[in-house]
Amino acid sequence: MDLEFDVVELGPTDHPGAGETVPEFTRPLVSAEYWEDTALSSLYEDGPLLLVFHSMIGAFPATYIWQELQEREIPDQIDSVGLSIATPYAHAEFIRERNLDEQGVRFFADPANTVAAEYNIEMDLDGMTGISEPRPATFVIDMDGNITYAWVGETVPAFPDYDALEAAVETVTQTDD
Amino acid sequence: MSDHAITLYRLQACPFCERVVRRLREYGLDYDSRFVEPLHSRRNVVKRESGVRTVPVIVDERTGITIAESANIVEYLDGTYGPGGEYEQEARGTPADLTAGGGA
Repeated sequence: MDLEFDVVELGPTDHPGAGETVPEFTRPLVSAEYWEDTALSSLYEDGPLLLVFHSMIGAFPATYIWQELQEREIPDQIDSVGLSIATPYAHAEFIRERNLDEQGVRFFADPANTVAAEYNIEMDLDGMTGISEPRPATFVIDMDGNITYAWVGETVPAFPDYDALEAAVETVTQTDD
Repeated sequence: MSDHAITLYRLQACPFCERVVRRLREYGLDYDSRFVEPLHSRRNVVKRESGVRTVPVIVDERTGITIAESANIVEYLDGTYGPGGEYEQEARGTPADLTAGGGA
């Protein structure tokens, strides 16, 4: 059966991979109650971290990704932060809508999309002139700032390999006791 | 980023907050900004810290003081970091209106 829809192919990209040091950045980190400039390193210094890049809040991939992560209770196993080009206000609303604060999930707001550029995972949005956003991507980071697992989407849409991610989270949370 | 002595709870584009920011800058004091939302019902963190839901509020770990309302905050900053204040040496500058001849 031909469903006659097109998945946009992006192809591979030279993103930070497993074994590399995760590139540092500072952006407003949004919790249910406030946002504050926060360095990525200040998060993984306290324990392993899951960093999830996704489409802006409001687009369905952001909703689907967090729905799946929540259902798998991944944020209960590892400190989990999202990153999108949505505003701090939109991220705060998303946290409330999905009760993400109950699992301690927070979001970096990066409307200028410069973190994605630094990670070499930015993509332009066809038909939305002047707007770019990150490819969907997941990075598991240990307490030393090393990436232990990396996945970056090569199509639009693309969704994380949740089983592989879950396994990577299990590994990093066991070794970093 | 949660590493300075002073934390400022603020609202984007709020003139009362900017008044406090200006004073902090005049004294050359480092501070962490925590932005809250316009609806008072979404400011539980401010209520917990200060007992009120209005901003600005500053929390100063040097003195252990939490204080609300911009006029009170400016007065506090002048008394603490201004000439003769207990933490005067922490300031890297002084507001022009405190040093102008004649004063107020």
